[in-house]
Amino acid sequence: MDTGKYYEKKSLNQFTLFKREKPLLEYLDIELTERCNNNCIHCYINLPQQDPDAIHRELTTNEWKDILKQAADLGVLVVRFTGGEPLLRNDFTELYLYARHLGMRVILFTNGRGITPDLAALFSRIPPLEKIEVTVYGMRAETYEAVSRVPGSFNEFWRGVQCLLTSEVPFIVKGALLPQNTVDRERFEAWAETIPWMESSPSYSMCFDLRGRRDSPQKNQRISRLRANPDENLAVLTRDEARYRKEMEIFCTRFMGSAGSRLFACGAGNNVCIDAYGVIQPCLLFRMPELCEDLKTRSLQEVLTECFPSIKEMAAENPDYLNRCARCFIKGLCEQCPAKSWSEHGTLDTPVEYLCKIAHAQARYLGLIESGECAWEVRNGDERVRKLTEADASLPG
Amino acid sequence: MSDVNMEAWYTPSGDVVTREIEGELIIVPITAGVGDMDDQLFSVNESGKIIWDTLDGKTSLTLIVQSLADRYSISGEEMEKDVRGFVGELLRRKMIIDARTSRTSS
Repeated sequence: MDTGKYYEKKSLNQFTLFKREKPLLEYLDIELTERCNNNCIHCYINLPQQDPDAIHRELTTNEWKDILKQAADLGVLVVRFTGGEPLLRNDFTELYLYARHLGMRVILFTNGRGITPDLAALFSRIPPLEKIEVTVYGMRAETYEAVSRVPGSFNEFWRGVQCLLTSEVPFIVKGALLPQNTVDRERFEAWAETIPWMESSPSYSMCFDLRGRRDSPQKNQRISRLRANPDENLAVLTRDEARYRKEMEIFCTRFMGSAGSRLFACGAGNNVCIDAYGVIQPCLLFRMPELCEDLKTRSLQEVLTECFPSIKEMAAENPDYLNRCARCFIKGLCEQCPAKSWSEHGTLDTPVEYLCKIAHAQARYLGLIESGECAWEVRNGDERVRKLTEADASLPG
Repeated sequence: MSDVNMEAWYTPSGDVVTREIEGELIIVPITAGVGDMDDQLFSVNESGKIIWDTLDGKTSLTLIVQSLADRYSISGEEMEKDVRGFVGELLRRKMIIDARTSRTSS
């Protein structure tokens, strides 16, 4: 670290700035709008771009600024703007600049269609300090628009990323892998390699989330049909087998082992999400109304100190969950959580079979369980994880 | 070290913002090219903070030096050396401007 007489140079993160205790809030997700200019077949959230009810209910610019200021005062150093498509907000630039002037780094999740030369120039002049993340739905109009269902959307996306490239604004791309665009995968990955800020091959969404508001069974049925099956998911995850095994070796030593009956063993309630209407959720996906709070009636600090801490104490009661998930040693491979349980079943503690199968397929591939074996019945999980990491350590490279 | 004008009225540039974290003054560059690297910020020590707080865009450095020297019972020469040092660093990183001659860019 470079030390001068009057100042010390540091990075903008909590590890170097907060020495005595962690801030009340380190990171904030903001879902600026549920509206989107795409109408993707697999998406759980998108409302029409001009949805009048959504526009009417969304927080105003000043309300967002007030929340951002509260968040900065509590210690937030990073805010993620997501949606819907966050660039649909007419005040996006104003909110972006406001967050930056509060000293925050900004993560932007976008489909790229709204990126103009002016916006790219702004990102170049006042950088977000985090790579922009652009989701790609296909590499040709035919495939992209089979997913987005909006004619002309591919050309707008392509223009958007060209603006970022021209202005040298750091960004990465990630894919949503669907039957409609599988044919483009090689072309997508070859293009991604040419993007200067990609540090590894792109990640994909394949195990799509259902709509957590539980207000559209039709939408959820459609999403379910589009999800990758466990073998398809595994094939993509292991496309670079050496890298996958290396990453899993590190991952498994840190995150395996059963979680017991405690429901919220994750970061929910620590790094929270605020939806487009000012409702604060314990995480981006968790929308059970009884456990969310309205920031129009309470301050961010009140919610974080008086409401969310209690969810950490919540325990599962469902015998099926207690018999399976609570005892399962491959918990780290499984996306089972209260948010997923809620969106799939309307409870906090119902095992999600789809996620269970995805996790078991990975565990079988890694040699953690045998074919036909259920991970929650395994009694020597720790030993198996240790053997996996020892075996990987002996591999060359 | 950038040239320090003792008659200038320096003020924080619009290209930086400050945050106070655990009692420390943190200068956060907002605009590309300010500071050294985009993701680096500057934690200012107590002496630096005292000087920073006086940079109000309405007072010359000469007056600031006099005022600080009186307040902290330090010789004018010693105080001027401190102020020149810090202000020179801030100017080099484009973190302050002369309020009479400059306009912020953001």
